[in-house]
Amino acid sequence: MRRFSQLFNELDASTATTAKVQALKRYFAEVDDADAAWAVYFLAGGKPRQVVPTGVLRALACQLAGIAEWLFEECYQAVGDLAETIAHVLPPAPSLSDVRLAQWVEQRLLPLRELAPEEQALRIAAYWNELDPSGRFLLTKLIGGGFRVGVSKLLVQRALAEHAGLDAKVVAQRMMGFTDKTARPSADGFRQLISRDAIGNTDSGQPYPFFLAHAIEGLHESFHDWLGPPADWIVEWKYDGIRAQIVKRAGIVWIWSRGEELMTERFPEVVNLAQGLPDGTVLDGEILVWKGDAPAPFALLQQRIGRKLLTKKVLADAPVTFMAYDLLEWQGEDVRPWPQAKRREQLEAVVAVANSMLLSPMVAGTTWPELVTLREESRQRGVEGFMLKHREARYGTGRTKAEGTWWKWKIDPLSVDAILIYAQAGHGRRASVYTDYTFAVWNRKPSDAGEAQAVIEAIATRQPADPDGLQLVPFAKAYSGLTDEEFREVDRIIRQTTLEKFGPVRSVKPTLMFELGFEGINRSTRHKSGIAVRFPRMLRIRNDKPLHEADTLQTLEELLDGRAAW
Amino acid sequence: MQSFATQDLVVERPQGLYCPPGDFYIDPWRPVDRAVITHAHGDHARMGNAHYLASQQSEGVLRSRLGDDINLQTLPYGEVINHHGVRLSLHPAGHVLGSSQVRLEHGGRVWVASGDYFVCGPGDANNTCVPFEPVRCDCFITESTFGLPIYRWCPQREVFDDINAWWRANAEAGHASLLMGYSFGKAQRILAGVDASIGPIVVHGAVETINRAYRAAGVALPPTLYFNDVTDKGLLKGALVVAPPSVHGSAWVRRFGDPSDAFASGWMQLRGARRRRGVDRGFVLSDHADWPGLQRAIEATGAQRVIVTHGYEAVMVRWLQEKGLQAGAFHTEYDDERHDAQEPPVQADTTSAESEEGTE
Repeated sequence: MRRFSQLFNELDASTATTAKVQALKRYFAEVDDADAAWAVYFLAGGKPRQVVPTGVLRALACQLAGIAEWLFEECYQAVGDLAETIAHVLPPAPSLSDVRLAQWVEQRLLPLRELAPEEQALRIAAYWNELDPSGRFLLTKLIGGGFRVGVSKLLVQRALAEHAGLDAKVVAQRMMGFTDKTARPSADGFRQLISRDAIGNTDSGQPYPFFLAHAIEGLHESFHDWLGPPADWIVEWKYDGIRAQIVKRAGIVWIWSRGEELMTERFPEVVNLAQGLPDGTVLDGEILVWKGDAPAPFALLQQRIGRKLLTKKVLADAPVTFMAYDLLEWQGEDVRPWPQAKRREQLEAVVAVANSMLLSPMVAGTTWPELVTLREESRQRGVEGFMLKHREARYGTGRTKAEGTWWKWKIDPLSVDAILIYAQAGHGRRASVYTDYTFAVWNRKPSDAGEAQAVIEAIATRQPADPDGLQLVPFAKAYSGLTDEEFREVDRIIRQTTLEKFGPVRSVKPTLMFELGFEGINRSTRHKSGIAVRFPRMLRIRNDKPLHEADTLQTLEELLDGRAAW
Repeated sequence: MQSFATQDLVVERPQGLYCPPGDFYIDPWRPVDRAVITHAHGDHARMGNAHYLASQQSEGVLRSRLGDDINLQTLPYGEVINHHGVRLSLHPAGHVLGSSQVRLEHGGRVWVASGDYFVCGPGDANNTCVPFEPVRCDCFITESTFGLPIYRWCPQREVFDDINAWWRANAEAGHASLLMGYSFGKAQRILAGVDASIGPIVVHGAVETINRAYRAAGVALPPTLYFNDVTDKGLLKGALVVAPPSVHGSAWVRRFGDPSDAFASGWMQLRGARRRRGVDRGFVLSDHADWPGLQRAIEATGAQRVIVTHGYEAVMVRWLQEKGLQAGAFHTEYDDERHDAQEPPVQADTTSAESEEGTE
């Protein structure tokens, strides 16, 4: 654990990619294969099921530190991370052990699951007592299932590839499924990852690394100069579903998410669709809830995410289908090196025989201005904009442009001007800085600046709102979109304008207006405003506009009406 | 809020903490006639008071910061003066050179106002000033900068081992090591604690000014180079550069090529604070008492009443009340909102050292 904790600190301290890769390579070179296997698993995002509930860890830490729950909570508010809070409140360890990572996980952490709560607490207390604060922090993260570190899976793959003298793409492919919930990292597994010998995957369900798109922002006058004629591109709608790969080999179907999670059991409808595919076929596409001839809002699909038990009702309310848009393997051959157009042609033939699977339609447009106009229909069609795929593009690995490019050309978000009314401190890097905000709009248009100001003064002096009068109605929370500097400035204003503190939340005198952007809007019975927005974030601070000109519930209603009736 | 009608020896006033029977203030934040100064950090020692009283050891730093012409009377630690019937003496607080606790005795009651203080573990003293001395009293006024149980310092020997190892590794790789810390107190503690045999040590002008006052007061610091005096720029590779945090991201830093940078502060205990700083390393080195230190110091006074100032007042008050003590808080203007924000603001584009004082 000491060596792993050193690696973690090196990765955590550095912002330079090369320094991180070097630190990883040193680690792989020094530790044995079983330790390396677990390190790869955790660093690449593997999460074992939570072993011990968070509440138990908290209570135990309070008991060992001899502090009351309220004092622990104060600490947690300052730290912004449970494992780190625990690591610091515990009394110093009398002596430190040096047990290897694999032993920690296999012989100590995983067996915890089977134990009675009292026995769990006894053991964890003993484990904490043999580690320094950074060791405790890591252990608690691993026990709590919340381990995250500032390296991407791609970086881990690069370090492994450099360590082993392999192509990073080969490692990426071998690593598919390595961090799946059911995976059990082992020394053998690690040796396979870095083996110089070719390892066939035709008899396994391994998917290919996903090819990711780059974003085009807004409109471009010079599209033609930049991208060439539209005829060079395959243009498709960008659907807002779950990106997935269907692997059909040796009579078996596997469904993988972009997060490399095996989702086969969660989507029986898709398995049915895929049964008709010939062996040795891999498709890339989107899982969608489809109603009539259009995709349903993402909210419906969300009901299927993370749900293990599929009741009849869930299957009836949110039936899914698969929209295919690429072919990665055909007749057992890896066809990713084929040009996009050739893969598309073959894909059309494959989908034609597969039982009612959807094929992502190509959008016809001979000029870019024509496509710009068509793109305006996105919101009515329930899609996010366009995907542009070059006809010559190979299917690449990750977000790369080496083999040709995919562009995502999303429509501009919906936006309203809203007023900040509550703030809460963030977590991790943003601990103790107020970065999570609740926003409100007026329930109706203020008649003038004076009326709005009177309501704001009433809030500031904590008078109850007049239920029939002008009010601010909270409707969305957002915590992204500002620069660190802007967050610092807003944090300062929040501290100066705080009215009340409710635990970690502060209410503030309304003084700040923001333009909020969001991807979608729906009615909701769970929100006071009757409205739920998707992916809200701050686009900018509106210092230029007086508060009485903020948007209203009516603005939101109009946005609701503007979208297609589902 | 404390009432003036009580027999309290120190009360809160808009100008600062006030001693009614003695008619003087302790570390006032607005100009007054008579000010007792616990130490020379900017938020405790302000301009504009008619009379200053401070420890003998703080004279050099105080004058270098507030001007030679201030009307300053000094007292050796432990010596008592009588002012309007209040017996006043100063006792070491272990925070920075000359830092004092103020002991007040009047009408059979003893109060101690601690200012900022640092309490070290055994064998772990801050070598740049006289260590904290517990003073028995009826009422103790304590700071609470790090008044949460998450703040528990490692022995400083371990911290200096880490700093030395970092410096050595950078020097071997041919990089300068830029270590940022407050120019008054922290910088000298760093200088006195590092292994000067690793390489040359270069200091920023703001640090140099304070170093002179420390050396004049007899504090042993290793030889340092003032940047402007370095003619052989080749020396800078492998040097330790000690500078105030305000140099972070400034043109001043680029003189040293591409140095590895680090920040020394108690706030570096937390990962979030380290990451927000955006430096390569954070060393947990504080001139304030940690949580166990605060508890130890309070206990050693034997005080039945404790008044908490700047930092985590609410937390400390509740904790002390639960331990059966009579506890309350004074609101002070010693940068408390900065404590709430976990770290002092970063001044990106100035080489002035004026902005970085106070918190630590």
